[in-house]
Amino acid sequence: MDLTNSCLQIIELEHMGPMIDIFLEPLQYSFMVRALIASVMVGIMCPLLGAFVINREMGFMSDALAHAVMPGMVAAYAIGISPLFGAAPNAILVALLIGYLVRKTNVSTDTSVGILFATLFSVGMLVVYLAGGISISIEEILLGQVLSTSSSDVYLTVSATAILSVFMLVFYKRFIFVGFDFQGAVVSGLQAQKLDYLMLVLISVVIVLALQVVGVILVVGMLITPAAAASLIVNKFDNVVILAIVFGIISALGGLYLSYYLNLPSGPSIALFSSGIFGIGFVKKILYR
Amino acid sequence: MSTQAIKKEKSEWAIECRDVCVEFGNLLVLDDVTFSVGRGVFTAVVGPNGGGKSTLFNALVGVQNIAHGDIWINGVRPNESGARISYVPQRELVNWRFPLTVKDVVALGLLNNGSLLQKFGFTDSPLVEESIRKVDMWEGRDQLVKNLSGGQRQRTFIARALAQESDILLLDEAFSGVDVASQHGLMEVLKDLRDEGTTILLSTHDLNTLADRFDEVICLNRHICAHGHADSVFTEDVLTELYGSHELMFADHRIGTHGSHD
Repeated sequence: MDLTNSCLQIIELEHMGPMIDIFLEPLQYSFMVRALIASVMVGIMCPLLGAFVINREMGFMSDALAHAVMPGMVAAYAIGISPLFGAAPNAILVALLIGYLVRKTNVSTDTSVGILFATLFSVGMLVVYLAGGISISIEEILLGQVLSTSSSDVYLTVSATAILSVFMLVFYKRFIFVGFDFQGAVVSGLQAQKLDYLMLVLISVVIVLALQVVGVILVVGMLITPAAAASLIVNKFDNVVILAIVFGIISALGGLYLSYYLNLPSGPSIALFSSGIFGIGFVKKILYR
Repeated sequence: MSTQAIKKEKSEWAIECRDVCVEFGNLLVLDDVTFSVGRGVFTAVVGPNGGGKSTLFNALVGVQNIAHGDIWINGVRPNESGARISYVPQRELVNWRFPLTVKDVVALGLLNNGSLLQKFGFTDSPLVEESIRKVDMWEGRDQLVKNLSGGQRQRTFIARALAQESDILLLDEAFSGVDVASQHGLMEVLKDLRDEGTTILLSTHDLNTLADRFDEVICLNRHICAHGHADSVFTEDVLTELYGSHELMFADHRIGTHGSHD
């Protein structure tokens, strides 16, 4: 018995050794450590809001928001500050503008979001084209540049995650009430309109922080895919939120390791990893219906 | 301020509307609506589509501005905390996509009540269980509301109103999408609440069983056409005022939305 046990242990260790190496190897590079931390934080923040985004059908709006921050981002690059400081006010402004347009005009949400999306994205692209000498490629803007995450970006992302978590802890049930039954929330004395705007602002900030990791085009994937996958597997809203965060973290880690070992761009790898999880959830749902 | 103080002292009515007008643009949706509802009275509000039932309810709970007139709920303005009025929304206004359980929905009623911790939903309250039991939904407490029948959904929302500790309850189109068997269950719950002193206002299209079900009926077509016991309010004049000529009335009935959709 003793002999077999120790044999097993040796076999296990021999198997575990390479596994651990696979996990540890990228960590000797500090840029990978920074990238991992930033990705995991985004993997927490996006799904936390994603559960609300999918149930309120705000997917297209979030996608549009990500594209509409181009002008702010490019402007920030042009004057040499962190793109986050250009993108954040841009995103919040657009989010509030969408809310305002929908309330004040007869244009449907979809349409007004689409118009803002196209307009601001075009402005951003033209500025890149016309300005010249901006130290960033279109590809990096569109697909993310997590490997060039700086230490200050890491601090920013970690503190944003902490602040967002506090906000969600305090307002979680209110956001549910407003999303589920807006009028009922008003009647029970909640500041429903303000809560809606607050949610939009939080989504904007998270989108901006996620831009660094997955880029303009793939933010929406990070925001909705883990939450959608989770809602295929569990039923209750609370559980969807928790499982979505787990999936977000797994996607961030899995995608980044995948890109490290296969030498792939990291943004698409992370987004594709979460799509893979969704695929598994989808197959499970079909098989065990 | 002084009129308000006077009001508070002599509010023998649960709901009081005086000369209430609501305008949508140039359209007068409610025209000099005046009525009072006593405490613990179960009232049906009937009238044609576009007759202003939902608008009136929205005004009563304070989400619809009124152009003119006064509304007193338990002697205070609809938006004030002393109003203690809750409402069960029309089902079209609820986002059923949200995967919330019966318990989740009822617990939302606790928000904005009590201590700061309770206000933000950090504490459990026996009120949730109590409210769910009162509407006879305790066995289904962990079911998702989106999977429930129309009647069960209504009862869940009534439980939420109970958790809000309201003593006035408004139900907009309470029977739409609720089959006849479930309507009976719903009525039993509401009658029990009425017997405990809750004032209930319920809008409906179903004119057939009003007398058995309600203490009073309000007929609303932009203005109050009649208000009183169901046996006596429906004179020919009132029906014509509500629905136009007889032919039109029956046409409306065929197209109407009463009965089951599920």
